Amino acid sequence: MSVELLIIALIVFMLLASLIAVETRDLLGSVIAVGAAGFALSVIDLLLGAPDLAFPQVLVEVITLILLIRMIMTRRDTSRQTPRDTLRTAAVLLSGGILLVVVFFAVGGFGGEQPAAGTMPQFGQPVMTHGADDAVPPGVAAEYLANAAGETKSANSVMSILLDYRAYDTLGEATVIFVAILGGYVVLRSVGRKKKDEVNCP
Amino acid sequence: MKGMTPIVRNITAIVSCFVMLYGVYVVCTGHLAPGGGFAGGVIIMGGLVMLVLAFGGGGKAKELIGEHRCHVFDGLGALVFALIAIFGFFAGGFFVNFLPKGQVHKLFSGGTILPANIAIGLKVSAGLIGIFLALVLGCREALFRSCSAPKPPVEDFRE
Repeated sequence: MSVELLIIALIVFMLLASLIAVETRDLLGSVIAVGAAGFALSVIDLLLGAPDLAFPQVLVEVITLILLIRMIMTRRDTSRQTPRDTLRTAAVLLSGGILLVVVFFAVGGFGGEQPAAGTMPQFGQPVMTHGADDAVPPGVAAEYLANAAGETKSANSVMSILLDYRAYDTLGEATVIFVAILGGYVVLRSVGRKKKDEVNCP
Repeated sequence: MKGMTPIVRNITAIVSCFVMLYGVYVVCTGHLAPGGGFAGGVIIMGGLVMLVLAFGGGGKAKELIGEHRCHVFDGLGALVFALIAIFGFFAGGFFVNFLPKGQVHKLFSGGTILPANIAIGLKVSAGLIGIFLALVLGCREALFRSCSAPKPPVEDFRE
């Protein structure tokens, strides 16, 4: 229970950091707020028992922080502030959130200790590990945990799922990274870019 | 981009080797401990970022970590990962673990998991350092220029 309270506090912290990152006028403060939100997410990963996720999360946050600070070091935000309808946006977001909570509890909410079929399992309980009763067989995750070390001879069962049982999904993920980096090159490359005088200002 | 002072350069030259060595360790023991190709690739990229930031983008660093080399290694990693998938057909199907599996808790275990981790680590480190070079050494003024405002002072990034 205390872990859940800690996670809720971290989520509130992440929300505040994201709001600061969006709203502040100072670019450096905005970047640091983004980094704080990312580190809080990695702590949540650790509390939920996922070091394989928390490790790359911390690394990517550090690298992103270095990169963004290096980019904005000599730069000031020179754009003008535009008026925004904050009240209307807040009303839409709040009503949307209330609607989501109502729908969540209308379809069953957390099902308690022994969730009925079709409801969400208890918090922190993986979806695929257990069924509602004896009629529903234990899910595929129990199968993986029982057989991963014997079948793939890999001590880290996360990696045996990522790169052996579900390697096809990892291929898709690698394709996503490849295409994203390709798109980054297309936008950012210096070769083939027009000279400064030729770029027309809108 | 100009480099930093000799103190930072000398310290970086020593430390970045250990950072990259740790990245290689994380890539190669992905099947034994938390980590793997993505995390290790990001650590290797961090070591290269330290080198670029300390020594500047021109000169030796540009020869060593050029944009072209980044493209080559990025594509090579993706190709090796796809080839591992296709070689699975020799053992019966797509992504079938065709290598000998060895013993649990040994370095050479898990069949294709180790080479797949190395391929992903190569791909991630090369791709991200390429993006870093494009962002930091590329045409920054064109990215951030706003026409109405007076131009902020920009240092010369190419030595």
